[in-house]
Amino acid sequence: MILVSFEVNGTAVRVEVEPQDTLLDVLRQSLGLLGSKEGCAEGECGACTVLLDGLPVTACLVLAAKVEGCSVTTIEGVASMWKGEEGALHPVQEAFIDVGAVQCGYCIPGMIVSAVSLLERDPSPDEKTLRQALAGNFCRCTGYNKIFEAVRRAANRMGGDL
Amino acid sequence: MLRLPPFRYLSPRSLEEAVSMLADHGPEAMLVAGGTDVYPKMRRRQFEPKVLVGLARVGSLREVRGTPTEGVSIGAGVTLTQLTRQAEIVTGYSGVVEGAEVISTPQLRNMGTIGGNLLVDTRCTYYDQTYQWRKSIDFCMKKEGSTCWVAPGSPRCLAVTSTDLAPVMMSLGARLRFVGPEGERVLDAADLYREDGIHYHTRQPGEILAEILLPSAEGWSSTYRKLRRREAFDFPLLGVAVGLRTGAGGEIEDVRIAIGGVGSAPQLIEEATEILCGKQPSEELIEKVASMAFRSSKALDNTDLIPIYRKKMAPVFVRRALRGLLGLSP
Repeated sequence: MILVSFEVNGTAVRVEVEPQDTLLDVLRQSLGLLGSKEGCAEGECGACTVLLDGLPVTACLVLAAKVEGCSVTTIEGVASMWKGEEGALHPVQEAFIDVGAVQCGYCIPGMIVSAVSLLERDPSPDEKTLRQALAGNFCRCTGYNKIFEAVRRAANRMGGDL
Repeated sequence: MLRLPPFRYLSPRSLEEAVSMLADHGPEAMLVAGGTDVYPKMRRRQFEPKVLVGLARVGSLREVRGTPTEGVSIGAGVTLTQLTRQAEIVTGYSGVVEGAEVISTPQLRNMGTIGGNLLVDTRCTYYDQTYQWRKSIDFCMKKEGSTCWVAPGSPRCLAVTSTDLAPVMMSLGARLRFVGPEGERVLDAADLYREDGIHYHTRQPGEILAEILLPSAEGWSSTYRKLRRREAFDFPLLGVAVGLRTGAGGEIEDVRIAIGGVGSAPQLIEEATEILCGKQPSEELIEKVASMAFRSSKALDNTDLIPIYRKKMAPVFVRRALRGLLGLSP
């Protein structure tokens, strides 16, 4: 067993992990954060996307032992990244609801984390940048148009113009 | 869902410590940097290390030093994302940026490293499968079996080179610094690769790739073209990298063309350099060089897209890359 201390959504946590445990295993099984989903478990689908020290990564390919001292943001922590009203959702989350971008929903936590990361870096991304930023997230309902529309709408709301 | 099997994870803080850990555990140990290829392969039991030596905490592997004028050295642990944003690289080495930004997906580029990409395992339809799938065909030569299912008469494994950055480094004349138990050695990027799907590189078992040394970019331009089915995630089905230096009068002073994804090793088309050097670029010369890329491409039926299409695209990409760098219409 290895004792690992890191930060999840602004809260310090200490967990015991095995070397072969992934960050995704720890988030879902030890910490009960079920928002990040396991799809392919080999980094291809993006359903487990989280921010690791601010950068989107697939949590299924990150060893839990490696996140010692790191800061992790999951879909559960996205709302608090935006300085809105207490309890309010992130504008990207709001936009996904308003546009009806969610079909089966399995890919959405990863999509939203990737989209939030994009808009933090580039508040007014062009269409190519937007599509490339979400290129690591699969939607097997193939609902991409609504998803892109939601991200464009969120960018507008957040002050960018897209 | 496929789980990772148990292993020991070691986390050295320096290159020296990593070298000694690797030596202590011999063939049972494997190096891991970003892990984006190693972990999926461990889940599928293609890799079965008992010990992983993780390089994430070796700070010196993440350094970038120098300038495009004097040359830039890139630590092997620099992530692919960082390569596409690092000022020294963006200003001097377009080919590196173009090569790095088409690898896999944004998430994997945030984890995957330049060193990992240069040494990434060769790939094959009959090898990149789960344990049960491979067992059902009695395995293949690359892992546990004895036959190459791509060409059952082949005496060697035909798995395909799948690194995007290897042809780029060859086109730039990059050199690679390795550190091992017997000290250091530096070799040309081209000398790292072998035309063999199993023994595809010349890295010695105890060695660690420490640095990629790019020569001065003064007067050079470079580019990379990649063929794949999807515009994300896919490994190259063909990759063409060109480094070019032109003189004041527009003549070609030096050029290197390298192709990847169509054979077990990336290769330099050396005849192209001989033909183009010292000449004014012309339609005829570009076509002549493009046709050499067709002959050099040994595309086989072991990855996506049919081999003849990949082979026919090699001259198309060489033509486009050269014309782009020379400022000619596509």
